[in-house]
Amino acid sequence: MVWFAVGQGGSLILDSYIWSVLRFTVLQAGLSTILSIALALPAAWVLAGYKFAGRDFLLAIFAVPQMMPAIVVVLALTGVFGRSGWLPNLFNLYSLSGIVLAHAFFNAPLCIRLFVGALQSVKLENNRLATQLGLSGFRKWQHVDWPAIRTVLPHISLLVFLYCAASFVVVLTFGGPSATTLEVAIYQSLRLDFDVARAISLAILQIILCLVLVTLIGRFYGVEEAGVELRKNPHETLSSTFTLQQFSAIILPLVLVIAPLVHLLWVGLPSINIRPILLQAVLTSGGIALFSALVSLLIAWPLAAIVARRAPHSGVYSAIVMLGLIIPPAVLATGWFILLRGSGGSYLQSAGLICVLNSLMALPLVFSILRSAMVQNLVGHDQLCDQLRLRGWLRFSRIDYPIMRFAIFQSALIACVLSMGDLTAVMLLGAQGLITMPSLIASEMGNYRSTTAQGTALLLASICISLAYLAQKFAVAQDSDQ
Amino acid sequence: MIIFSKCTYEASGFTLAADLKITRGSFVAVVGPSGAGKSTLLNLIAGFESVRSGDILIDGQSVLQVPPDRRPVSMVFQDHNCFAHLTAFQNVALGISTSLQLSEEQSLTVQQALTSVGIAHLSKRLPGQMSGGERQRIALARVLVRDKPVLLLDEAFAALGPGLRKEMMRLLKELHKQRGLTTIMVTHQPEDATAVADQIIFVEGGEVQMPQSVSTFFKSTNQSVRQYLGT
Repeated sequence: MVWFAVGQGGSLILDSYIWSVLRFTVLQAGLSTILSIALALPAAWVLAGYKFAGRDFLLAIFAVPQMMPAIVVVLALTGVFGRSGWLPNLFNLYSLSGIVLAHAFFNAPLCIRLFVGALQSVKLENNRLATQLGLSGFRKWQHVDWPAIRTVLPHISLLVFLYCAASFVVVLTFGGPSATTLEVAIYQSLRLDFDVARAISLAILQIILCLVLVTLIGRFYGVEEAGVELRKNPHETLSSTFTLQQFSAIILPLVLVIAPLVHLLWVGLPSINIRPILLQAVLTSGGIALFSALVSLLIAWPLAAIVARRAPHSGVYSAIVMLGLIIPPAVLATGWFILLRGSGGSYLQSAGLICVLNSLMALPLVFSILRSAMVQNLVGHDQLCDQLRLRGWLRFSRIDYPIMRFAIFQSALIACVLSMGDLTAVMLLGAQGLITMPSLIASEMGNYRSTTAQGTALLLASICISLAYLAQKFAVAQDSDQ
Repeated sequence: MIIFSKCTYEASGFTLAADLKITRGSFVAVVGPSGAGKSTLLNLIAGFESVRSGDILIDGQSVLQVPPDRRPVSMVFQDHNCFAHLTAFQNVALGISTSLQLSEEQSLTVQQALTSVGIAHLSKRLPGQMSGGERQRIALARVLVRDKPVLLLDEAFAALGPGLRKEMMRLLKELHKQRGLTTIMVTHQPEDATAVADQIIFVEGGEVQMPQSVSTFFKSTNQSVRQYLGT
């Protein structure tokens, strides 16, 4: 695609429309990041520092949005905050405020969990020292909690900013002509306007933006992977004076997360309607998910094996993985669209490309799970295996697979969750007759059959959450298997 | 005087019983196998953990209902005794004022404390730019400005090399004499005890024994003491 762009030479389009799209991309991502962090900080402080009934339940609930497909969230938010929803007229969903709200739904809970992790990483001795010196309230925040938050804040903000800058389904649904981002504008140029040159210009801007963000993220102290099990706090460091003040810090993010979930259950449960097209969508989604997981594993395993052993050029291989983050799906799809022009998109070809695209989207996560498991459990056996002449398939089946099996299942399931819920690849590369669960929901929404859509959405959300829950179990099993 | 009156402690299957007196101004070393409950004994005095039954008295007053920051106690941990974002001076100053607003006289007190532990020239450094031994000196300087009668040390010098540890022991002994602190020191090294302590408390099998003089302890014919010392 880059070659194609270079071939086009000076014909990069940088008109006022493209600049306004770039401006809006940065604006909505910035506002979404600020809102997510503003909602998350007080809640995380209370969750990390106070002991009250339902605390563990809340932490578990705040893990759910991450596993939810974007299209399901969009539908549920419409049900709560839309014109005929439970809380109408609070926000105009079909504008910047809707986009920011949806992004906060995903990212505020993520930030809460990451901040709680950072606060819990404060050493027990530091907490005891603060207690002995009588630091409380603001002083404790100033000397104990804020320094812990400050070290992870740049990393977390940039991560959230990146997610929001590359978000597709939310902006596609809630945006409009004046509220569109690079990612969505690429899709519109390719699939609606058939304006490849414009798509390329947008894609190059998007790559530059993401490249800058990923580079910046790499410069700051990293946080642990999202979704990891939070450490249990030693109870003495938890204060038990849970009052209205503490409650008020949690209530906003809680309503933001709970209301759409309850709405989804409430409306979706009675409208689950098993019909042929739904079964077809489940099978298609399942098939694509399985294949993408397999492809993702096949690409990630050798890369992880090299990087885990710190072989020469490891940096290059890690960079390949990061490409999945730097080059968003719409951009990759643009490349293929250009390459395949003329050959038409058959059903199988389209499904194959969706699998590959989904597997690349899952690659950074699959890679990091495999790599850290390899570093912890596998690399230490290398010398012994060499001595015993265990190599190739024999080594994989006797040594590597038994040691790594939980990490393999975990990363495969995560890849399945991402693929099952993904609408981006289907929208960009879909062919006639190719119906996945997210695309079925989108078309039902478009045809004003939102009740049927709610049933499908609930089914999809349940599948994704169950798979993610299972993945979590495997992660725990791998950890305790050392 | 610190009195443990028929104290019991329990946490997830671990139990500890203590019934003993520690004389005011004495220097006591607490020794015993790992996991026996040496640190728990200190945490009970400092108020970081609570007894299940019995009473703890410091100078005649029960401290069970007293929160940690109101107890007449300073504690030094093996590590993380400093806040990483504050300079050595500020870390010590926290012992006087949590708002770090010091009067001229108080600043002088902090400066003197830094001098008496030998790191006056490092007062503007952050803990991250100092060695492990220097960081422990910050903790000792804070003990001085807090001016509490009881000093607890939880393997405070275990991470230091032998030479540095000896030096810290000397400094500790000096401060103990100068201020008349009741000093209780958990250690893994029985030779630390011989170097500085008057008395030894042996903790083993869920029980804290009465303090005994250092020479009595090393001559003890008790089976578990012999086993612990490996003699």
